[in-house]
Amino acid sequence: MRAPDTNEILLHVEGVALAFGGVRALRDVSFNVRKGEIRAIIGPNGAGKTSMLNVVNGFYHPDSGTITFKGRTRTRMQPFEAARGGIARTFQNVALFKGMSALDNIMAGRTLKVRRGLLWQMLRYGPALAEELEHRRRVEEIIDFLEIEAIRKVPVGRLPYGLQKRVELGRALAMEPDLLLLDEPMAGMNLEEKEDMSRFIVDVNNHYGTTIALIEHDMAVVMDLSDRVAVLDHGVKIADGTPDEVKKSQAVIDAYLGVSH
Amino acid sequence: MLYREAGQFKTTYVEDMAIFPIRQDRIALAVLLGIAFIGVPMFATFHIWPFGSDYLLWAILLPFLILALAAIGTNILVGYCGQISLGSGAFMAIGAYSAYKLATGVHIPLGFLGFAISIPPLPVLASILLGGLMAAGAGILFGIPSLRIKGLYLAVATLAAQFFFDWVFLRIPWFTNYAPSGSVNAPALDFFGLVVRTPVERYLLCLLFVVVLTVLTKNLVRSNLGRQWMAIRDMDIAAELIGIRPLYAKLTAFAVSSFIVGVAGALWAFVYLGSWEPLAFSIDRSLELLFMVIIGGLGSIMGSFVGAAFILIVPIMLNLVPTELGVPLSTQTITHLEFIIFGSLICYLLIKEPRGFARLISIGKEKLRLWPFPY
Repeated sequence: MRAPDTNEILLHVEGVALAFGGVRALRDVSFNVRKGEIRAIIGPNGAGKTSMLNVVNGFYHPDSGTITFKGRTRTRMQPFEAARGGIARTFQNVALFKGMSALDNIMAGRTLKVRRGLLWQMLRYGPALAEELEHRRRVEEIIDFLEIEAIRKVPVGRLPYGLQKRVELGRALAMEPDLLLLDEPMAGMNLEEKEDMSRFIVDVNNHYGTTIALIEHDMAVVMDLSDRVAVLDHGVKIADGTPDEVKKSQAVIDAYLGVSH
Repeated sequence: MLYREAGQFKTTYVEDMAIFPIRQDRIALAVLLGIAFIGVPMFATFHIWPFGSDYLLWAILLPFLILALAAIGTNILVGYCGQISLGSGAFMAIGAYSAYKLATGVHIPLGFLGFAISIPPLPVLASILLGGLMAAGAGILFGIPSLRIKGLYLAVATLAAQFFFDWVFLRIPWFTNYAPSGSVNAPALDFFGLVVRTPVERYLLCLLFVVVLTVLTKNLVRSNLGRQWMAIRDMDIAAELIGIRPLYAKLTAFAVSSFIVGVAGALWAFVYLGSWEPLAFSIDRSLELLFMVIIGGLGSIMGSFVGAAFILIVPIMLNLVPTELGVPLSTQTITHLEFIIFGSLICYLLIKEPRGFARLISIGKEKLRLWPFPY
């Protein structure tokens, strides 16, 4: 079941600027993400894509501009507040908890849903145990969905890269987010792993109805997956639209291929 | 051959999440608990070998239990939450002295306000637990810097706690009820009319504390809070992005850790030492606990026990073995040998297996499951 494509705006970024000393990573960038769509942000290296995601989930604070998420506008927030608001995130270089098993990593993603406090968890009896089991059941669904049953008890440090990326996606899904930010979900993968990951991304969007904003370098993947694409170059948005529109844009072609002199 | 899990199927998540999912482990644990709760007291009461004298109880089992408990507390902070602490000794001291004050009655004269706060002497059990709570409070206070500073710098901050409390209990006579020698005596160990006196009773009392607190701690570390701690330890940025509040996770780790260490401190003072001075909780104790945790296994409850046993037993063995072999060594030589062998053992272990004995044991178990085949 494909999530209904409404025109409801889930995330609206307006005039965001961000500078690190003299480097202006983002200059007056505006774009929006509609509920239920797969939105791609692309651009050459150093275009400011990751900075953009970091601004969205509160990791960086923009120097100017506003971010409106689910109708609430804010300029500064802590990352855990963004998480509470329903924004999940994966990283370009996998950021898993290396000492924990795949299962524990994904279970940790349920933190915000845990209601029983320290003393209950200490007793691990009655309601606390019931809650733990409920979370385990939800996590097992995700494990099932991502086809990582065989590695659930393996410490993630020992897993190959492709599987680590999958576990990381699982951890983000465990949060049941409204908006899922994927930072280069296919970086460093071989063709088969890319195909798997693409399928998971589409399935997540279809099955859970999660809105996805992703950064990716692989053009073929981006054009196939996404509903709309925004293109950044040197911190400026140079194009925005459906994959076909973006492909034809002269500014994008210039940014990627260079301008003849 | 005996250690196989073939044929043991798990049909519920509860079975899968058990502390010991393999039946043989559960049997081993039951046997161990049986020996600890029934075997040891029986042997000790009737003075059957090796409990001919009370030496084994007094000099090995009692300190082992209490220090293992303190090591578990330290492990929560250092092993599970990744916050290096050199102040465990101080938190033991806080537990011990708070329990002592509460058990003997607290009197805070506030002369300038015209009244005094007086709390009548509390029962011993309440004193010990409240002593733990006081330590937890101090732990939270000294844990606040951990929100800003990490690693070695935090270790220095906790070191400050160690020296501060050493000084407090040495120099402020109020804490020792103005004892001229600075040494204080534990109150009678009266638990609801049941007075604990003999070594066997003391041993059972500590065993009870250790078992209950171990179970509670184990539950905690395999629940959500434990996962929060480990997430903060492994990658604090990612932890924040999945909604873990660093403030809450770190301070609960400090609180729980200090509570357990504080209770261990109170037991150490009341049950093991009987009368003590601040030197009992010096920086040496902190380092000893840290060694136990590192050698036993960071982030492992069982490792805390193994580490405590190792640290306690190796020096005793180094003392006994040469004598038994008929090589009489002077006490001085033994002390020096102890340092040499101990130091090199720790270095060797850290190089060969940085995750301690707990890791070695789990590797051994994995191999045993497949034995005699390599894979």
